[in-house]
Amino acid sequence: MELLSGADMIARFLQDEGIERIYGYPGGAALHIYDALFRQDKVKHILVRHEQAATHAADGYARASGKPGTVLVTSGPGATNAVTGIATAYMDSIPMVVLCGQVASHLIGEDAFQETDIVGVTRPIVKHSFAIKHPSEIPEVLKKAYYLAATGRPGPVVVDIPKDMTAPTERYEYVYPKKVKIRSYNPVTRGHSGQIKKAVDMMLKARRPVFYTGGGIVTSGASENLTALVKRLGFPITTTLMGIGSYPQTDAQSLGWLGMHGSYESNMAMHHADLIVAIGARFDDRVTNNTSKFCPTAKIVHVDIDPSSISKTVRADVPIVGPADSVINEMISLLQGREMANAEALPEWWTTIDGWRAEREGKLYEASQPGERLKPQEVIEAVYHITRGEAFVTTDVGQHQMFAAQYYKFDKPNRWITSGGLGTMGFGFPAAMGIKQNFPDDVVVCFTGEGSFQMMMQELSTCKQFGTGVKIINLNNGTLGMVRQWQDLNYKSRHAHSYVESLPDFQKLIEAYGFTALKVEHHDELDAALERTFADNDELVFLDIDVDPREHVYPMQVPLGAMRDMLLSKTERT
Amino acid sequence: MRHIISILLENEPGALSRVVGLFSQRNFNIETLNVAPTEDPSLSRLTVTTEGDDRVIEQITKHLNKLIDVVKLVDLTEGNHIERELMLVKVKALGASRDEVKRTVDIFRAQIVDVTPSVYTVQITGDAGKLDAFVQAMAPIGILEVARTGVSGISRGDKILSL
Repeated sequence: MELLSGADMIARFLQDEGIERIYGYPGGAALHIYDALFRQDKVKHILVRHEQAATHAADGYARASGKPGTVLVTSGPGATNAVTGIATAYMDSIPMVVLCGQVASHLIGEDAFQETDIVGVTRPIVKHSFAIKHPSEIPEVLKKAYYLAATGRPGPVVVDIPKDMTAPTERYEYVYPKKVKIRSYNPVTRGHSGQIKKAVDMMLKARRPVFYTGGGIVTSGASENLTALVKRLGFPITTTLMGIGSYPQTDAQSLGWLGMHGSYESNMAMHHADLIVAIGARFDDRVTNNTSKFCPTAKIVHVDIDPSSISKTVRADVPIVGPADSVINEMISLLQGREMANAEALPEWWTTIDGWRAEREGKLYEASQPGERLKPQEVIEAVYHITRGEAFVTTDVGQHQMFAAQYYKFDKPNRWITSGGLGTMGFGFPAAMGIKQNFPDDVVVCFTGEGSFQMMMQELSTCKQFGTGVKIINLNNGTLGMVRQWQDLNYKSRHAHSYVESLPDFQKLIEAYGFTALKVEHHDELDAALERTFADNDELVFLDIDVDPREHVYPMQVPLGAMRDMLLSKTERT
Repeated sequence: MRHIISILLENEPGALSRVVGLFSQRNFNIETLNVAPTEDPSLSRLTVTTEGDDRVIEQITKHLNKLIDVVKLVDLTEGNHIERELMLVKVKALGASRDEVKRTVDIFRAQIVDVTPSVYTVQITGDAGKLDAFVQAMAPIGILEVARTGVSGISRGDKILSL
């Protein structure tokens, strides 16, 4: 029997759970835990410069690896600073465990120094939370936290740890719990066979089918099975922003992603489909546009592990509650030896879709000429080429995010890392940092803008401390591009506070941290600057590129319209 | 339509706030709420009445089931059930109206549980409709204070909500 203090139990549990790296920031209420971490060397702690960055870095790691990220912060401001990152993870169903220091039990409720009811503050943005009541329950509670975070529909779990629970003088028996059971929590392990059979019958009878798949495919590691299923049927597939990479985007059956700024052909195909097979997607308002006009001729099969996602915004004709991977597997076996009922319909459907593709081909944006400012789109395409489409790509939020999603093509899951649900500016850089520290041999690119980057740029210091070689591509248009776009479209170009006055000299700023920064002002300078940026994979390089501020993101769905109602450029609409 | 949802909830601190928070967070409506421990000390039973069409009620029950602290739940209005609420009312009881109050209490099979020279305290149980009717009947005489427990309910017959 081993006797450990609460703090040592935490350090020991993290080791036993196989956690290699945690992100955090110390403070009074967490000091016993930090001391315990200091006295071991298996779990590496990355000291960030702001707790929000700790959550985004752990989140980036979780998205890239599929394993839960771990965060350690102190009470009060330490915990409240983490809130935006917890909400970001919650909205995108990312597994994360956030350990929060708390004032000692006898002080709780007395408005003690650095006291916040963090369980209360985070209640609507966590999958679950725990408050430690006795040091001896630490191993079991932590095991439950990781179990909840990573299973079913994943999400962040907060553990509130009052300082006296980690006191070095009080020792209790420590046993690593290999398994835990929570009587009210039994995530489904397979879908209803009858419903799956019904769905397969509908797929075989469909004339104009479309797969519409989301982040659930990435989360459940169902990419390979999904690809096999889509190949087997020969159907077109579109993914959500979160599902990018879950089916190879360079494949002919991929229509790209759908929704507000999705591809013309995917939105058209959805609108005209007679069967939509939705897997691991949640019919978000940025996808459906006006739900009362959504896909008028389509029957809907909806597979999701979370029953509350089904028929939340759009009624499903065949609801299937289950994990994507196992349901797809069952679909594949049910398809064995069976044929499409209307064999002639699918080629006709593809002819229609190829017609839509041809309509927009080469018309997406006008490339810049030598001597001119670059277009943001062509920068993304150039980065795609120089990284051969194999980088981990993180983004912040706004126009650059949409352009990155449109022009960088992903053939693998877990490579496209973006805050889709919450839309958190400042996410991209710390997320890239978290990924690079865990995948040092890979190329990690952060597309950002001068607005977003300034929200989390203090992490340059963290990258310096830990030698983290991320590549930051700053698409600098001097304005908050997406806000400006909406103001152009809806507010007669009254640009209320969408410009960023007094930008820093980014080159000097980056150099102050001891890193290399390059400036690109014109078309002609891009290639050489990219060569330099990607020359050494271990080096952080900041590439500040002046891009055309007049550029809008298109296509753009018309508000309150159907899927097919889109602006295609500043002068064209469907 | 009005629904009565009964929930077996982990008897843990914070569990109730998760349930109540869910309703406000998702813009669902709570009309009455009633919660107390059960014969199993690890469980509380919580009964909530809410209004909504089938789609809303489906979302409410799905989201409630998602809460880790919710062990089991049943929408009692889906089947035959017994619904009860208890109300304590203080009514002005002076002069001629003193008799009138007594008569009305008898008609409703209520009980007077406390008496002063000017006030009767009445205890009445029944479904929400009966309690509403009693309040209405007493209103002209003069209601001084009302305390209602909120609805509690249980299914009829052999159907049981337990672990």
